[in-house]
Amino acid sequence: MIGENAQKRDLRQSVDWRLIGVYLALVVIGWVNIYASVHSAEPASIFDWSVRSGKQFVWMLTAFGLGGIILFLIPPRLWEVGSPLLYAVVLGLLVVVIFVSKDVKGSHSWFEFGPVKFQPAEISKITTSLLLAALMSRQGFRLTRLRDFLLSLAVIGVPMLVIVAESETGSALVYVGFIFVLYREGLSGWWLALIGLVILLFITTLTLSPYTSVLILIAILTLCCALNGPRKEFWRRIGLGGGFVAVMAVVPLLLRTLSAAVERRSAFLASRYWVPREGESDQLFWSFLPQIDPFWILVGLSLAALPFIGFYAYRHRDRFLGVSLAAFVVGIALVFSTEFIFEHVLQDHQRSRIEVLLGMKEDLAGVGYNVNQSKIAIGSGGLFGKGFLQGTQTTLGFVPEQSTDFIFCTVGEEWGFVGCLVVILLYVFLISRLILDAERCRSPFTRIYGYCVAACVFMHLFINVGMTIGLMPVIGIPLPLLSYGGSSLWAFTILLFIFIALYRDEKKYF
Amino acid sequence: MTSRRHIPLLVGLGVVAAILLGKIFSLQVLEGRYKEDADHNSTIYETIYPTRGVIYDRNGDILVGNKVAYDILVSPREVKDFDTLALATVLGVTPEFIRGKMDEYHRNRRRIGYQSQVMIRSLPSETYMRFDEVRYKFPGFKGQVRGVRDYPVNAGGNLLGYVSEVNARYIERHPGEYRPGDYAGMTGIEAAREQDLRGEKGYHIYLRNSRNQIEQPYKDGAEDKEAVPGHDIVTTIDASLQQYGQQLMKNKVGSLVAIEPSTGEILALVSSPGIDVEQLADIGRHYEEIAKNPYKPMYNRAVSASYPPGSVFKLVNGLIGLEEGVLRPEMMYPCSQGYHFGAGRKLGCHVHKSPLNMEESIMMSCNAYYCYVLKNILDNRKYDNVAEGMDAWHEYVESFGFGRKLGSDFPAELAGGIPTSRTYNRAYGKGHWNSTTVISLSIGQGEILATPLHLANFCATLANRGYYYIPHIIKASEGVEIDPKYYEKQYTKVSTAQFPKVIHGMWRAVNGGQGSGCTAHVAAVEGLDICGKTGTAQNPRGADNSVFICFAPRENPKIAVAGYVENGGFGASYAAPMASLMVERYLTGTVSRKDLEKRMKDANLLSRVKKD
Repeated sequence: MIGENAQKRDLRQSVDWRLIGVYLALVVIGWVNIYASVHSAEPASIFDWSVRSGKQFVWMLTAFGLGGIILFLIPPRLWEVGSPLLYAVVLGLLVVVIFVSKDVKGSHSWFEFGPVKFQPAEISKITTSLLLAALMSRQGFRLTRLRDFLLSLAVIGVPMLVIVAESETGSALVYVGFIFVLYREGLSGWWLALIGLVILLFITTLTLSPYTSVLILIAILTLCCALNGPRKEFWRRIGLGGGFVAVMAVVPLLLRTLSAAVERRSAFLASRYWVPREGESDQLFWSFLPQIDPFWILVGLSLAALPFIGFYAYRHRDRFLGVSLAAFVVGIALVFSTEFIFEHVLQDHQRSRIEVLLGMKEDLAGVGYNVNQSKIAIGSGGLFGKGFLQGTQTTLGFVPEQSTDFIFCTVGEEWGFVGCLVVILLYVFLISRLILDAERCRSPFTRIYGYCVAACVFMHLFINVGMTIGLMPVIGIPLPLLSYGGSSLWAFTILLFIFIALYRDEKKYF
Repeated sequence: MTSRRHIPLLVGLGVVAAILLGKIFSLQVLEGRYKEDADHNSTIYETIYPTRGVIYDRNGDILVGNKVAYDILVSPREVKDFDTLALATVLGVTPEFIRGKMDEYHRNRRRIGYQSQVMIRSLPSETYMRFDEVRYKFPGFKGQVRGVRDYPVNAGGNLLGYVSEVNARYIERHPGEYRPGDYAGMTGIEAAREQDLRGEKGYHIYLRNSRNQIEQPYKDGAEDKEAVPGHDIVTTIDASLQQYGQQLMKNKVGSLVAIEPSTGEILALVSSPGIDVEQLADIGRHYEEIAKNPYKPMYNRAVSASYPPGSVFKLVNGLIGLEEGVLRPEMMYPCSQGYHFGAGRKLGCHVHKSPLNMEESIMMSCNAYYCYVLKNILDNRKYDNVAEGMDAWHEYVESFGFGRKLGSDFPAELAGGIPTSRTYNRAYGKGHWNSTTVISLSIGQGEILATPLHLANFCATLANRGYYYIPHIIKASEGVEIDPKYYEKQYTKVSTAQFPKVIHGMWRAVNGGQGSGCTAHVAAVEGLDICGKTGTAQNPRGADNSVFICFAPRENPKIAVAGYVENGGFGASYAAPMASLMVERYLTGTVSRKDLEKRMKDANLLSRVKKD
């Protein structure tokens, strides 16, 4: 009797049913939209095995079964203990797949066993999360210690690099999200800011100019140093840095005007019959002016100021100023290497996707086709959408990959802004619920793992939805739980249910 | 380890979600263009072309009707490899033509995308039937019905006008009305009443998928629009008279214009040589051939050719003289085979009795008489100088419709030209010219230019004894309105009382009897009371032009005709017989003078006409 009561109390209270509720809601929404996205003139049943919705139904049932097994049958402690082994096995699979898989659109990431296809990159997220949580929850682990920091970077970085080697850059990008986990566990927030700065510089260098990029870099660093420095220094630093930026902003204009004048003068001197008198020359003293690139003036002046500021930082023991100077040098290097990275490191299709995203080129028939069609589909949905099965863009096949990577288009077209709002709020609820649950945990392993799950879902959500609405370059990763595909659905189910199981285990003791 | 770091992370999550939702909101609600793009993407509008209105003549006979033809459409993306030669044979074109077209589509494949292109236009039904039998062998090719014009009567291509596909310039000039592939009336009646004839296009809307396969009617056809057929048009043309005029003018260059004086309705408007109605239906194929013809069949001489009117203009000067009081019908002037002025200069005339009065001057077409008349008009004491007299004269002439567009509803009407004092001031300098300088105006030569329509209208004015209705070609009918100006009498500045005085002269010019010296005896028809005036206009490009205007019967005239035959010689040689045959044909329904008719029909003056 008591045991039965405990069992009941246990199920009702220890399992986070809200997480499971959101999970179910998202899976069912996905299933319905997969049905809508392949709906054709001759409607098939949503359960029809020959269409994707029927297959997805089977994936769903099996995923539920998996979830149940993880929740009720597998002892949660096993995950922490087994994480190194699982990590090693999956890493092995990741490497092996490069050599045995067939080339699918340039990437080598799929195992094929007859009709069953399986992508180890999907489960690598789980094992990486597990091992990262295991590592960081060890007694005495401190991120501020270099060895620990590098170790956790290695746990994240190794599978990431292998996945890049598989040419699945999109999946690899998700691993960047683990930085949020590190941040939660004590990594300085400036690392996040640095990553943001790198992305910003990359974009401004490509779309605006290196000159503007450097100006922006100086302005941001000045602001950070001013905010971080002593209060009485604030206006002095703003004045110095801001003044420099303001002056340098007008230098190119000034130089252009002067150069034009000099060139006119030179042209005049060259054009008239010139009999040089003593001490006269047809060479203008100022004719070196037009040859000056203002970029070099900017870089030269900045680098010249560097030792003085460095000395100042050393004298006043201003560590932040010192780090900022280092960041400046790194930033300059980045600006210089942007072009090189863009032209030589990135692959052609990646480069053109970024070009399309940044509006550097329009290619509606080629690379831009997907995004444009996707934006058309979502944009045509309006406030309330066209209604279930009434979408013309997705059902008639204008949006590519409409049931997998671009499933969000169907939501946008048929359910409108209201549908998008609901779906995104569900994700926001899921992620924030994961974070809050994680915060409530006593076991560091569960907490860190929870953050890993949240980070993975967040990265997928942001990259995938961002891609469909043209905020991100086209990166082929699925929308968690919504996109068609067994491997993805299973992976996210396992990822999520391990946390739910761990969390339940945690609750048992209250 | 407790920390408060989850708070910035949660805030960050909220910010990212807000950015995503903001962008989605802007896509879905703020920007409208995606909705249009989506419709453009997924719906296909199949145009239903309306039937063009039928053009009737005044008696209810069809001038222009419709028949069925087929366009061959190609969807280049659906085309599979096919037997070019077989297709070319079936369609009656060369394999090179098809290859050329397919290459063109391939070059423009980006722009064309999944759209259908018109490959061949207006195939006759028989050819299309042949194609239809083997169509299954040529995926991507299909036929589309289109009405084309049908011409049961040869009423002259220039009068009817042709319909052809609109070009880019035409679309630009009529913003929002036409799309490439539409047809529009370009000349003649087709152009004049394009608004009524064209009707409204309709469309079927279909849903198509990304491979351009049609899936189903959009909303089961609820949004489809039926085509509205064009209005039928009733013209003022008398089909049989028009056709008769065409026959008479065959192998001559010039015009015949017939007007019903009591209404201003144009009964016939013949311009020769004209576009053959056989070619009219498929103008695109014959365009080059027509454009290259040295006799310029595209040029509608009836309304666009400015000629010197010649002696028929003497009537205008006579009327002005009468109104100004410088001429009385009984005034006699001498003619010694011309009018002598200055030092031995002379405006010549033919041999006839002298001196003679006004009626006789009209009957015999004396040049000298009108030199006196014009001199008296211009040198009238009531004007300070010749320039003032000239402008007074100009005002009179213009009130007859000369020198300006009459305002008919027929396109391409030209104004001709009547000189003013400024014309001569510019040419000779102010004060350096006088009435003898411009003396050739008296006989309708010199700086006077008028179109055959002007002359016919003038003739109708004479028939009406002093007013005309603006000539027009469209009758009001159900659903088709015409401008109320066509119902208004247009009076000249010469009072109606003066007209009967010249009309008797015109009557005598035709019915004076052989040997009386009358100029247009050839035009006389027993019992028809034709009144007319010949003209022989100098043509610097060869033989004189033959001119004649006439109306009949003398009382309550039913028809006024102007004939103008380039290089036809004397007015009595061609213009007078042909105009009188038109009158006879219209009034009696038959022609009694078969020999004359045959001579006129058979005559070929083309060799006399200078080609450019």
